[in-house]
Amino acid sequence: MMSKEKKIVTEAVPGQALKEMIHIEGLYKSFGDNHVLNGFNMNLYEGENLVVMGKSGSGKSVMIKCLVGLVKPDAGKIIVMGQDINELNQEALDILRADIGFLFQGSALYDSMTVRENLEFPMRRHQKKMGVVTDTTPFVLEALKSVGLEHTMDLMPEELSGGMKRRVALARAIILRPKIILYDEPTSGLDPITSKEIIELMRNIQKEYGTSSLIITHDVDCARVISERMILLVDGVNYAEGTFQDLTNSNDPKVQAFFKK
Amino acid sequence: MQTSQATLRIRKFFIEIGELSYLAGRFFKVGFKPPFEFREFLRQCYNMGNRSLVLVLVTGFIIGLVLTLQSRPTLIEFGAVSWMPNMVGISIVRELGPVITALVCAGRIASGIGAELGSMRVTEQIDAMEVSGTNPFKFLVVTRIMATTLMLPLLVILGDTVALYGSALVENFKGNVSFQLYFNAVFSALSYGDLIPATIKSFFFGFAIGLVGCYKGYYSKKGTAGVGMAANTAVVFTSMLLFVIDFIAVFISDIFYEL
Repeated sequence: MMSKEKKIVTEAVPGQALKEMIHIEGLYKSFGDNHVLNGFNMNLYEGENLVVMGKSGSGKSVMIKCLVGLVKPDAGKIIVMGQDINELNQEALDILRADIGFLFQGSALYDSMTVRENLEFPMRRHQKKMGVVTDTTPFVLEALKSVGLEHTMDLMPEELSGGMKRRVALARAIILRPKIILYDEPTSGLDPITSKEIIELMRNIQKEYGTSSLIITHDVDCARVISERMILLVDGVNYAEGTFQDLTNSNDPKVQAFFKK
Repeated sequence: MQTSQATLRIRKFFIEIGELSYLAGRFFKVGFKPPFEFREFLRQCYNMGNRSLVLVLVTGFIIGLVLTLQSRPTLIEFGAVSWMPNMVGISIVRELGPVITALVCAGRIASGIGAELGSMRVTEQIDAMEVSGTNPFKFLVVTRIMATTLMLPLLVILGDTVALYGSALVENFKGNVSFQLYFNAVFSALSYGDLIPATIKSFFFGFAIGLVGCYKGYYSKKGTAGVGMAANTAVVFTSMLLFVIDFIAVFISDIFYEL
């Protein structure tokens, strides 16, 4: 495992009084000889929008999947809302997952289910959080209204455009009223106008629900609009950290490489 | 070079057998523990029955028809045409019905499961399911294997029935044998010793179809190319496995016959 020197451009961490929602310390993950994460560290604070930026294949998606227990790290500590992910049993992990919304890169809507069924799916599964819900329609409608797609309730995913799919996936991510939302490349594969709409929706959702957001992206425009703090992930470690302004003003060639058009 | 490639292929084959056995073990370990995905199981039963029914019926009917048409001249030559219902009945119920229905379903169901689960894996739907607090193995794999195990014997019974009707139709046209007489002869020739092993064998065929389809799809790799590969290899592997199971089943039932 390689160890990389961590360069901090500026410390833009919010005040210490803020609650730590996610704490990652020394995260390592390899696939065979491919060392993806090499001691990654990160904190996400309550109500914060944190952007983790990196090249394709830099380990961003692996890191975000480690956070919800989809990928098991080789070493390192992941504390989510005070609970160590690696020490949770399946039941406890599922309960914790109810408080985490996840927007997947390709939307990941279930092809064989309608939009309504896609949104109902997490509700039926997380009955410990939601209680036994006999009529799911108000919940589904509210979530779809948040993304402006109430009329798509009975459509199949194949009948939706790429942007609409992403918005439905966003509605699915917020239906359980999570405390944290993880966005994996929320604007990838979308045209600039739809990307702007999605970013606007992400901001609205954060305001409306007061969630903490971790956004994984390599889209500079997305990072500029939404980030309160940024981490640059290079070779599996956090290479630089600061606000968008701090990083764009940096003289470091590796940092500059991200922002050059 | 060729030897090392052959060694690699043999090694890969045994690795697949090992992984398949592990999957089967996991199915029995997890599949009978609550909570049960009953709704999804029923949906899969409907899908699988519905998806293959027409194909099974058409294939069965044609098999019955062709078998009778081709056997007639030989039986007439030996003066044994009256044994036609016995011969066709026994061969369809004991061997042709289960094997052909299973092969048709391997092409239709195993490839379908392989492609469906493979694309769900590639598009992160399986991950999304896990994040939603669902055990994707129980929801996707267990329900599908249970559905194929249960539905295949039913499809075999329907396939056998139309195959016998196809045969009876030929006898009715060519030999002027009534349907009642034909089916009386068929059922008097059949015994429990023909029906029970064939039915038990069908459950194993169904299990193999679901198991291989799920194995190929659930663990598919290599992105979208892997989806096509999953569907294709699911059919090839299942067909091969069906003949192995058939051989073992015939071997075992032969021992019981001798006893």
